Amino acid sequence: MELYEYTVHELVEKLEKGEVTSEEITRSYFDRIKEIDPKVKAYVSTLEESAIEKAKKVDEDRKSGKVVSKFAGIPIGIKDNMCITGTKTTCSSKMLENFVAPYNATVIEKLNEQDLVYLGKLNMDEFAMGGSTEHSAFFNTYNPWDLDRVPGGSSGGSAAAVAAEIAPWTLGSDTGGSIRQPASLCGVVGLKPTYGLVSRFGLVAFASSLDQIGPLTKDVTDSAMLLNLIAGYDEKDSTSMNIDKKDYTLSLVNDVKGMRIGLPKEYLGEGINEEVKQAILDVAKKYEEMGAIVEDCSLDVGKYATAVYYVIACAEASSNLGRFDGIRYGYRSEKFENLKDIYKNSRSEGFGPEVKRRIILGTYVLSSGYYDAYYKKAQKVRTVIREAYNELFGKYDLLLTPTSPTTAFKIGEKSNNPLEMYLADICTVPVNIGGLPGMNIPCSLDSKGMPIGFQLIAKPFNEDAIFRAAYTFEQNTNFRENKPSFKGGNN
Amino acid sequence: MAISKEEIIHIAKLASLNLSEEEIEKYTGDMQEILEFANMINNVNTEGMNETVAANEKSNVFRKDEVVNFENRELLLQNAPSQDEGMFRIPKVIN
Repeated sequence: MELYEYTVHELVEKLEKGEVTSEEITRSYFDRIKEIDPKVKAYVSTLEESAIEKAKKVDEDRKSGKVVSKFAGIPIGIKDNMCITGTKTTCSSKMLENFVAPYNATVIEKLNEQDLVYLGKLNMDEFAMGGSTEHSAFFNTYNPWDLDRVPGGSSGGSAAAVAAEIAPWTLGSDTGGSIRQPASLCGVVGLKPTYGLVSRFGLVAFASSLDQIGPLTKDVTDSAMLLNLIAGYDEKDSTSMNIDKKDYTLSLVNDVKGMRIGLPKEYLGEGINEEVKQAILDVAKKYEEMGAIVEDCSLDVGKYATAVYYVIACAEASSNLGRFDGIRYGYRSEKFENLKDIYKNSRSEGFGPEVKRRIILGTYVLSSGYYDAYYKKAQKVRTVIREAYNELFGKYDLLLTPTSPTTAFKIGEKSNNPLEMYLADICTVPVNIGGLPGMNIPCSLDSKGMPIGFQLIAKPFNEDAIFRAAYTFEQNTNFRENKPSFKGGNN
Repeated sequence: MAISKEEIIHIAKLASLNLSEEEIEKYTGDMQEILEFANMINNVNTEGMNETVAANEKSNVFRKDEVVNFENRELLLQNAPSQDEGMFRIPKVIN
């Protein structure tokens, strides 16, 4: 077995026993990246030199007993919208193509405390706006299970890298499904933590009332471990909650007896592919067999979540992206006579088509005459949806839905129809509207050999229930025996 | 409710974006379609409902307004498209 094939918890054990060095693990990944990434194109940039140097240092420190963290020397890949001091953070946009981060994101500070090794920065839809990574201003990322298909998005690079085993685990960000949907399309575990659990300081903002950072991993155990590393209060993010720190690995219990799982019928109806639907029903049956209590339920107002989401997310994005003016950092147009020209020309040349579309939509719904009808109304409907969730979580520990209405679609299939692309988020968006934790767990393959995933949703700060149920499913099934084929890709 | 090209031009101006003829055409159609879809939120009864202004219970987070020196001034300025003697350089704004 090659080193890149192991999960992180397996690698940690090998490091602790002295069977392998961090340098060996890190080199194994860079060898693999050189072989595989030209096909998958998950990385925007790699950090080989600094990674090997760091790995060597950790190995020396481990030998001399100076290393304290068991994760020291474990490599990781980072979505290219999180800042690592001295390295490029592009958001896959021409606007930030040459931006070198002058400070670390809080999640990076936390990983530095544990001496993790950065493999590189991962491709995404520009400014995290999209569901296929086709909106990257640089290049597409390809799905390792079929290179003619999208990896999902916006954290497409983060999901494809884990699936292709060119990173053992990665960080992504999720505003409307951007961790969970690509995790589903690439057959990996992806968690969007509760809003307020992980600091977003140093994450380039998209929609601040929805954005959350989370782990993409090979299995549920690694997910709990990585959440342990990144969760926690940070005064630099005013939405971060000052609550007791938990050890999520304590929830990795192979037992769901008595757990109450609701199956909202709206997510098994219109717009959901038949094979996906069947897979979710099979998962529900499996949970029943394992001792959980599974019941049909209803989240009727969930059908408004996508509309609410696009109004709110675009409004917030149009405001957040106002800072890109060509003055202090980012792209500046060469064509200008006055200050106003710098703003307009830099923005017009620096932003791609989907980003402009969302800025226009967001500016529209916030503009005088439309604010009440769209933005204010959407904020109220958001409350209605949150209350509906509250009611369901009075009865259930978890909700079970598909993560994505379909498996991975073909490159180009939806890229010309924005609304159709937005509907790829129908199962994930409601969770962000509610500020809830949600996880994708891979469960089976469809008739084309593409991964299907299911989503578990819990009430705020109850990631524990998700980990327990996800772990139990994983221990009693065998999805990880499937490996991506890297077929196709002659485009 | 139809969205006109003039509205898109106005909105683009508010957002400091120049749009080509082709972009105006495309975005007018896209906005029409997306807003028609978004209009479904009007079917929800929100009487007596408050707006969600924060996604969790936190509100009014205060801190002391203290000056904190940023250590890495050079790295900050290195990102400026144009700089001079430790300052950002912009075209003349006063005639």
